[in-house]
Amino acid sequence: MHGNLFRRAFGSAMTGLTYAAAVLAILPLAAVLAMLIVKGAGSINWDFFVKSAVPLGESGGGFAHAIVGTLIVVSLACAVGLPIGIGTGVFLAEFGSGRTGFVVRFVADVLNGVPSIVIGIFAWTWLVKPMGHFSALAGGCALGMILVPITARTTEEMVRLVPNSLREAALALGYPRWRAALQVVVRTAAGGILTGCLVAVARVAGETAPLLFTALGNEFFSTRLTGPMAALPLQVYVYALGPYEEWHRQAWAGALVLIMLVLAISLIARAVVRAKRQRA
Amino acid sequence: MTIPPAQTPAPPAQAVPATVPRIATDGLTAWYGSASGVRDVTFACRENTVTALIGPSGCGKSTLLRSLNRMHELVAGARVTGRVLLDGYDIYDPAVNPVEVRRRIGMVFQRPTPFPTMSIAENVAAGLAVGRRLPRSDRDGVIERALRGAALWDEVKDRLHDSPLNLSGGQQQRLCVARTIAPEPEVILLDEPTASLDPAGAAHIEELVQELKRDFTVVIVTHNLQQAGRVSDVTAFFYLGELIEVAPTTQMFTAPKKPQTEAYITGRFG
Repeated sequence: MHGNLFRRAFGSAMTGLTYAAAVLAILPLAAVLAMLIVKGAGSINWDFFVKSAVPLGESGGGFAHAIVGTLIVVSLACAVGLPIGIGTGVFLAEFGSGRTGFVVRFVADVLNGVPSIVIGIFAWTWLVKPMGHFSALAGGCALGMILVPITARTTEEMVRLVPNSLREAALALGYPRWRAALQVVVRTAAGGILTGCLVAVARVAGETAPLLFTALGNEFFSTRLTGPMAALPLQVYVYALGPYEEWHRQAWAGALVLIMLVLAISLIARAVVRAKRQRA
Repeated sequence: MTIPPAQTPAPPAQAVPATVPRIATDGLTAWYGSASGVRDVTFACRENTVTALIGPSGCGKSTLLRSLNRMHELVAGARVTGRVLLDGYDIYDPAVNPVEVRRRIGMVFQRPTPFPTMSIAENVAAGLAVGRRLPRSDRDGVIERALRGAALWDEVKDRLHDSPLNLSGGQQQRLCVARTIAPEPEVILLDEPTASLDPAGAAHIEELVQELKRDFTVVIVTHNLQQAGRVSDVTAFFYLGELIEVAPTTQMFTAPKKPQTEAYITGRFG
């Protein structure tokens, strides 16, 4: 009886600990969101989305150039990084059992752990310096390089989840190996791959360091890929460091928009998975 | 319930003289690395017959089956020595494309394997698309004939564009049969096709096997001796990787020649 009591108390205590850990994990996140909303929501208005930065001394203006810039740079990153990442993941899952697969997987894991500022310096050395100027293109490539190892590894995991029996069924029907991989295996894993990609894109959308050396930032609205371009994290960085109250308010608003953007991408990823499940 | 004459220009089934079996093995040994799964197997299946491969677990009957359409070699380290003759031609000849072999020798697995991203109709047509593109009307015709051939048409004709995952296990397995017969192979290999089904589903498949042999040559691996007795014309008994005895099914079950066979079919081991 005594032992029983102890067992139950111990069980409750451990359960309580896991709850406490969960609350501790959520707390900072909630605090960040709350602070962003308190400090930033007030500065978000129509002008914030449609106007670019105004000269010092004038009030008003907005982040339109930075929002469009982020959309362009992230699109470039997707164009560069996703095909390579997904292709690598499919290779690793379908044909990566040998030595090559081992090396590629290892390199991808190492790349995953490389600080993003190092990627930025790399892109500066190989793209910005030879071209002679900062550019959105270089920024897109830098973010794309971060996308490659993440999407490669998540794609591999998703493709591996497809039962081998499906692969065999396709081969037994007379599918060549590549066709079984693409039309049956990858198609079956498509939902998971898409989710993985969206999560990765959400992550790079908030990267600042690699863009400092590549896209640089721009006070003006620009869609020229070969020139410097503004991006939300860069603009937030510059405005937050600046000495003006007005800038600080706009930086808070920019940070809030960035979080909302990331949140939107994550929600889309979840919706995709749910839609996929319901159809199945 | 017959599959009408080939609209498929796929490799023509040669007019085979009665003396040449549809599919046969000659000294076939299937290896996993340096270990052999089945050793030195020689037997033949005549056209439009059902041959049952029986034997205790691990006796190599599934390995043998997978050697007949070159699926065995897909396992890392697996290889085959000896010959497998389809209409008298060795499918392991270096000049032969294994993909081509698998189009002529279809296979249905132990567990139903419908492609989850495709509709019921697309599943049936999956093997057709590999060969070449069919006009839509022809394609619909082939899908209907294959589903009728698999005794599934009446159950799915109103939901051809639904997901196959909403079908029961037995229906899914018949869908896999339909997918296998749609490209009109010559031989159909069934690897314990009823092992994962409930008795009703299993009975359906057994009836289906009887229908299939009108148009195809069938080889079936089964753990179920009663099933072998019900569906097959010829039974081959495997034990510890060797072909112990092969004989017409009635003879095998009434008067087996080898003592191991008798011990197995009377339930003394396995």
